Amino acid sequence: MTIFIDENTKVLVQGMTGSEGTKHTKRMIASGTKIVGGVTPGKGGQVVEIEGKQLPVFNTVSEAVAATGANASVVFVPPKFAKAAVIDAIDAKLPLVVVITEGIPVHDTAAFFAYSEKKGTTRIIGPNCPGLISPGKSNIGITPADITGPGKIGLVSKSGTLTYQMMYELRDIGFTTAVGIGGDPIIGTTHIDCLRAFQDDPKTEAIAMIGEIGGDAEERAAAFIKEYVTKPVVGYVAGFTAPEGKTMGHAGAIVSGSSGTAEAKKVALEAAGVKVGKTPSETARLLREILSAK
Amino acid sequence: MDLFEYQARDLFEAKGVPVLGGAVASTPEEARSAAERLGGKVVVKAQVKIGGRGKAGGVKLAESADDAFEKSKAILGMDIKGHTVHKVMIAQAAPIESEYYLAILLDRAARSFLVMASVAGGMDIEEVAHKTPEKLARVHVDANDGLDKARAIEIIRKGAFPEDVIEKVADVLALLWKTFQESDATLVEVNPLVKTKDGRIIALDGKVTLDDNAAFRHPDHESLIDHAATNPLEALAKERDLNYVKLEGEVGVIGNGAGLVMSTLDVVAYAGEKYGVKPANFLDIGGGASAQVMADGLSIILGDPAVRSVFVNVFGGITACDAVANGIIQALAMLGDKATKPLVVRLDGNNVLEGRRILNEAKHPLVEQLDTMDGAAARAAELAAKR
Repeated sequence: MTIFIDENTKVLVQGMTGSEGTKHTKRMIASGTKIVGGVTPGKGGQVVEIEGKQLPVFNTVSEAVAATGANASVVFVPPKFAKAAVIDAIDAKLPLVVVITEGIPVHDTAAFFAYSEKKGTTRIIGPNCPGLISPGKSNIGITPADITGPGKIGLVSKSGTLTYQMMYELRDIGFTTAVGIGGDPIIGTTHIDCLRAFQDDPKTEAIAMIGEIGGDAEERAAAFIKEYVTKPVVGYVAGFTAPEGKTMGHAGAIVSGSSGTAEAKKVALEAAGVKVGKTPSETARLLREILSAK
Repeated sequence: MDLFEYQARDLFEAKGVPVLGGAVASTPEEARSAAERLGGKVVVKAQVKIGGRGKAGGVKLAESADDAFEKSKAILGMDIKGHTVHKVMIAQAAPIESEYYLAILLDRAARSFLVMASVAGGMDIEEVAHKTPEKLARVHVDANDGLDKARAIEIIRKGAFPEDVIEKVADVLALLWKTFQESDATLVEVNPLVKTKDGRIIALDGKVTLDDNAAFRHPDHESLIDHAATNPLEALAKERDLNYVKLEGEVGVIGNGAGLVMSTLDVVAYAGEKYGVKPANFLDIGGGASAQVMADGLSIILGDPAVRSVFVNVFGGITACDAVANGIIQALAMLGDKATKPLVVRLDGNNVLEGRRILNEAKHPLVEQLDTMDGAAARAAELAAKR
């Protein structure tokens, strides 16, 4: 099994007619994702051909859902329009919305996240994330599909390229699902949400968790692991050498005062029984050891 | 972006939050004339984006305009925890009766906004939270519901404020919310908020952090950027839309993706222990590593005199490694004689074999390839040590 998505997930692309949207729609279709249409306000009624598929474009997500039976969307619209796009998807009661867009103002994310919580029918992944992939079944977002195939590891990560790196390191074992949750200060799906889902997924045998400096999400994940997760978990935290007060690329990746340091996260994870690697390759080795000892 | 106190004061004033008269000065002369305008008796406050300036001697009462000249002269140029004082704020002095605390901030854990209010202002709020939690109200505010007067009164009451100021403080809190929301702030903090002896409620010192992602709807925020404090290489990188942070070491680092670059810094730091070298910078060239982006990135790193070797660490995701390899070769050609430092390249992922082949065939004398991130980091550290 997989988490959040599977081979039957029908996906809408919000912003499909834009250059990023078109490029990645092509890639998603090529990797087996069931793309059923696109949403671009003002362009409803058009049909776009991508990878030999005739894809209808709708003005709203609700119209698109009614016509296609979509149950997920992926958002590629520019930051300025992202809030309206996500709210449109929430109003259509779409169960899953994956927000790839980078650079969304945090007030906008706070607003659409609060709205989704109130409605209670939509899971948001991201923003500023690569999306998620269940190799061979569905790939929603921008993760390269050919790094590895299906397998028994569940992966959750704040970072896109580190997700790819870890998938590559463990390509001979493969993954149930790899989720890039994003590096913004507010994200819709957390490490904890993914850890719970992997724990509950019978096909996932071990979990790899990648964090980075900033906030205390890893510390809270550690507390959750202690309480709920019985499967083996390995961890990696990026940014041990990051100086205080400098934002490292992701809006959320900043060490402020004594909080948010990689060391504090490592200590918390280890206290919860998580083996933490110093580098991505060491982390992969730790996971390999655990699986071969089973 | 963190604002200076004087910028926060100006923002508050523009939004109707009650503040005292104040002006910013970069020279003792400017400080004197500002003090004259403000009535003589003023407070001279060092403008640094770090706490603890009072204890460091960065805040002084001046009895007259001439005294403001002398006090500014002493404070300007002072070093406060590694921050040089380039500006002082000249603020009207006020007879204070009580000091309170108000703040609105982004609460990452709750994925919401948090309002904090306390009757015990003027000191470290973490200490208040620890020692007298009953004096600190912590209330989450939904981004869509916002904060109206009734809700503000409720929060202020919870913060143990005396009955006679509740109404006025709630008004200020509502205005701070307006400031927070309209300016796309992630932090608006007033400490202290004071009650003067004549019963006025005034924001005496403020901290504001603005969300850089929201810059597109606030063209006026551009003028708040402190160019004096920005490292020249960082400024150049920003101009070229590159995500660059200058660090203290000798190994230049370029990679794609914030997480991977952070991880690269760590791996270089570990490898560098043996050679006494560290990473010189953070540089994320993002998903699309075109020749131009690679050239821009390389030229910034090679422009840093501290750099002795460069580690290019790319995991080809969307971008194929052959494009990255071509980018490196073209970048070196574009840079010509300016490229003088050895490059250690590690490529993996999408189309890696073709990428490696291109670099091998180019046989550029400065470029060396390694297959793993750990191995390449060790080599880059070694090269930085040798030179």
